[in-house]
Amino acid sequence: MEKNDDKLNSPGYEIPSELQGQVAVTTLDRLYNWGRRSSVWPMMFGLACCAIEMIAAQAARYDMARFGMEVMRPSPRQSDLLLVSGTVTKKMLPIVVRLYNQMPEPKYVVAMGACASGGGPFKEGYNVVAGIDKFLPVDVYIPGCPPTPQALIHGMIKLQEKIDRQSIKKVRWYQEGADQVAIPEPILGPDLIDPRKLPQIKQVAKKG
Amino acid sequence: MYGKGILKGLGVTFKRFWDTYFDDIVWLFRKGKRYHSPEGIAHRSSKDTRGIFTIQYPEEKLPVPEEFRYTPFLVYEEGENGEKELRCTACGICSKACPPQCIWIVRASDPETGKPLKTPAEFFIDIDVCMNCGMCAEFCPFDAIRMDHDYELSVYNRANNIHNLERLAKPVSYYAEIRPINYGKEMAVKQAKEAAKASKAD
Amino acid sequence: MTIPVSTETLDLAAKFPGIVTPDEREGYSGWIVKADELAAFAASLRDDLGYDFLSSVTGVDYLPEKKLEVVYHVYKTTGGPGLVFKVQLPRKKPEVPSLTPVYPGADFQEREAWDLLGIKFTGHPDLRRILMWEGFEGHPLRKDWKEPFYEEDIKPYSSRWPEGKHSYAEDRNPFNDNVQFPKQFDPEKWVPEGDAALYGALAEYRTTDEDGLDTDHIVVNMGPQHPSTHGVFRAVITLDGEDIVSMKPVMGYLHRNHEKIGERNTYLHNMPYTDRLDYFCSMTNNHGYALAVEKLTGIEVPERTEYIRVIMDELTRIQNHFILIGMLLNDLGAYFTPALYAFEERELILDIFEAVAGSRMMCNYFRFGGVARDVTPEILEKVSALAFDRLPRKADEFDRLLTENEILVSRCKGVGRLSSEDAIKYSMSGPSLRASGVPYDIRKADPYSIYDRFDFDVAVRYNGDTYDRYLIRLDEIRQSLRILQQAIRQIPEGPIQTGKSTYLTKTPAGESYGRIEAPKGELGYYLVSNGTGNPWRYHVRAPSFINITALESMVVGGKIADFVIVFGGIDVVLGEMDR
Repeated sequence: MEKNDDKLNSPGYEIPSELQGQVAVTTLDRLYNWGRRSSVWPMMFGLACCAIEMIAAQAARYDMARFGMEVMRPSPRQSDLLLVSGTVTKKMLPIVVRLYNQMPEPKYVVAMGACASGGGPFKEGYNVVAGIDKFLPVDVYIPGCPPTPQALIHGMIKLQEKIDRQSIKKVRWYQEGADQVAIPEPILGPDLIDPRKLPQIKQVAKKG
Repeated sequence: MYGKGILKGLGVTFKRFWDTYFDDIVWLFRKGKRYHSPEGIAHRSSKDTRGIFTIQYPEEKLPVPEEFRYTPFLVYEEGENGEKELRCTACGICSKACPPQCIWIVRASDPETGKPLKTPAEFFIDIDVCMNCGMCAEFCPFDAIRMDHDYELSVYNRANNIHNLERLAKPVSYYAEIRPINYGKEMAVKQAKEAAKASKAD
Repeated sequence: MTIPVSTETLDLAAKFPGIVTPDEREGYSGWIVKADELAAFAASLRDDLGYDFLSSVTGVDYLPEKKLEVVYHVYKTTGGPGLVFKVQLPRKKPEVPSLTPVYPGADFQEREAWDLLGIKFTGHPDLRRILMWEGFEGHPLRKDWKEPFYEEDIKPYSSRWPEGKHSYAEDRNPFNDNVQFPKQFDPEKWVPEGDAALYGALAEYRTTDEDGLDTDHIVVNMGPQHPSTHGVFRAVITLDGEDIVSMKPVMGYLHRNHEKIGERNTYLHNMPYTDRLDYFCSMTNNHGYALAVEKLTGIEVPERTEYIRVIMDELTRIQNHFILIGMLLNDLGAYFTPALYAFEERELILDIFEAVAGSRMMCNYFRFGGVARDVTPEILEKVSALAFDRLPRKADEFDRLLTENEILVSRCKGVGRLSSEDAIKYSMSGPSLRASGVPYDIRKADPYSIYDRFDFDVAVRYNGDTYDRYLIRLDEIRQSLRILQQAIRQIPEGPIQTGKSTYLTKTPAGESYGRIEAPKGELGYYLVSNGTGNPWRYHVRAPSFINITALESMVVGGKIADFVIVFGGIDVVLGEMDR
């Protein structure tokens, strides 16, 4: 496809020839998405090995500032993107979910690396969550262990493409009742308790 | 003098700042393209790099070294009629050498006699478990499984992250392209073996 | 052939009759001590024999013999080989006196043994779970404890071949997830234990009346999501105004069950897993592990390989220290400039790792008795360009940029002081120990590989504050460059692997402890083999984990604002701390 900057000025309608090059015509969706895609602020939040590659991608050589992603916010209240960079353990999961719940809409989740996507090499471990998508809605998965900075940036470009395709009419955060959407926080019991699965846990544990 | 240390440090940062633009000008006059050119990238990755260090992915890509490993793939030879002849014999060594045990192989068997055949019927690699360690490729006795260079694998849905035989199979020409030195070495060994066999037969 | 753990020729059995007996099992060494007399024995070891440095405490579950064993490794900070002693306990109700009064460095390690193996240390001041949470069911490293995704006792799993139809582990679990619950567990009636025990371990709340105003201590939770905790570390701090009264670290947020997985793995399977311990320094992690297995199997390492190993180790050390300095300055508020400069050098070093080993961070490069592939002349040329030209220049540049900076000096000098006695007491190792004036470097004190051939100095600083911990990193970078330069000049041609590297390594029964001077401190691997292809016990003595023992004594009395730089100065990595 054409370059992203051109998209902004090609709304899909025909522009009279005398106006071409003089006015910028675009759709509200494109303007809205252009603004958001160019300022995705990730949360300054590293979990494991992948976090180091995330820092490397932020550093001089790969420089995510070129995509408007250099402002890493230490607070979830100011972030647009939760980069799950590494193994999510059961002990850490309630905190990750809480951070996600604290982020304001619009928010995105990127699962960086094999561990965040599906448990990775540590999947069989007793303290490991086999994929953050069991709890959070993941927008982009980046395979690799760890993904190299270039692979991470490729994932970020994919995320931008996803943002580009969204329509202001349909996005989740402008729907009714969107503010109340929160993911129930898991509880640390004898093992990790997912509140959404309470009946199943009770039933299966009874059978023994 | 108080503040001397800070000034000294600022001198270092100023020099870095100066180098950035100075080098741009030097490249402009003497050598040619500093950005979007292989020699520019090579210079920015060499010991003499100073000033701008950024590789502007995705417009320019940092070339990966031959030994770079990402996900595994299966090598197949292209037959005369275009059929794919997998090098894999379904011996199972890669699945045993795999540390997180993410390789699953179903060995093919003869439909009539039921005897196992030297080819896989199905082959799965769970990319969400794979740790890119390269053990499978290292211990494969048939040069059949190798590590890929392609790292642009991001997806919106991970249901397809179980790579199956179809997804994993890549032609030997692709392998020769990404790992020319290794490919050359393996071919030399193979040819030597075949020559030895031929001389024995004589 | 098994090379026994090097010990002094001491007859402890004669010195402590009736208390100590030699460990005479095949492949084992050291002494077995009676549990009741352990504290007196250890005190005598420390005071009379000079074994002042407790390196490692861990437990082994000998399920077939129905025994639990606690294994202690002690060394002298003046150098020389170490000493191993063990206490054997019944599997039911195992209790052993805590060694924290003698060696305070045993604190966290004993808590770990309690958490993972269920060994009770009587007299321990704060015996809580450390890696898992309070209320977790079972002690995971017991051999009869099985995880929810348990498949088979050891790898390779038989389901992978020849009938390896892919299936998700979730589908085999009754809860369709990585969880298991005790029988008759009712989540509605169950009450969570929470953090009551943790807060109870802090110094008491105190309400006083000063000038007619009620003053009170407050508790601050830093982390696990905090930009300056270098990962998912959590510190619970009690404050009196801005002064720290008490501090308890909480870890385990990145506990990835390294040891449990490691005991299912074959020996070689563990090699790429060690990469993920201290993910800045995968090469040194590989080295320590390779050393431990080579001790167990008695494989010799070819000459060229030893040089390659040293080159990789020292490159790792240099990039680690550069990053540490950059990150420390980040913590100080010098946002990004020093860190960005540091990452530039690291990228150049990682380019070499990528060309040699195939991956930037997860090198998986060492094999037992060798390395995965040879270093080509072109790569060696690149290394020497860095070692002779670029890195010395850049070390000097960092020196100019930071060392005299008045802000850095005033923030770091005198902050987080740790005396040399305390450093030894708390089993501190690595640069932080040497910054406290103890010239203890395993490369000199108990040389491994070929470090005895190189001419280099052990960097020491004497004030034991954060400024010295910064300076010693620069010193060590320069010493590492010296080693690197010698190694590049001397590296011989030759084979890189003894025998053939196979994916199945069988080892004779026995134990071994391989330790190296990793960039962060003493990295040790304790292995117990029962003669098969999989380790019976696989324990990592992680420097980040044990160095944190001293953190409380370093920050108490200081300001809360200084906590982050004291923590940053110790240099920890969470992957290694929590394993």
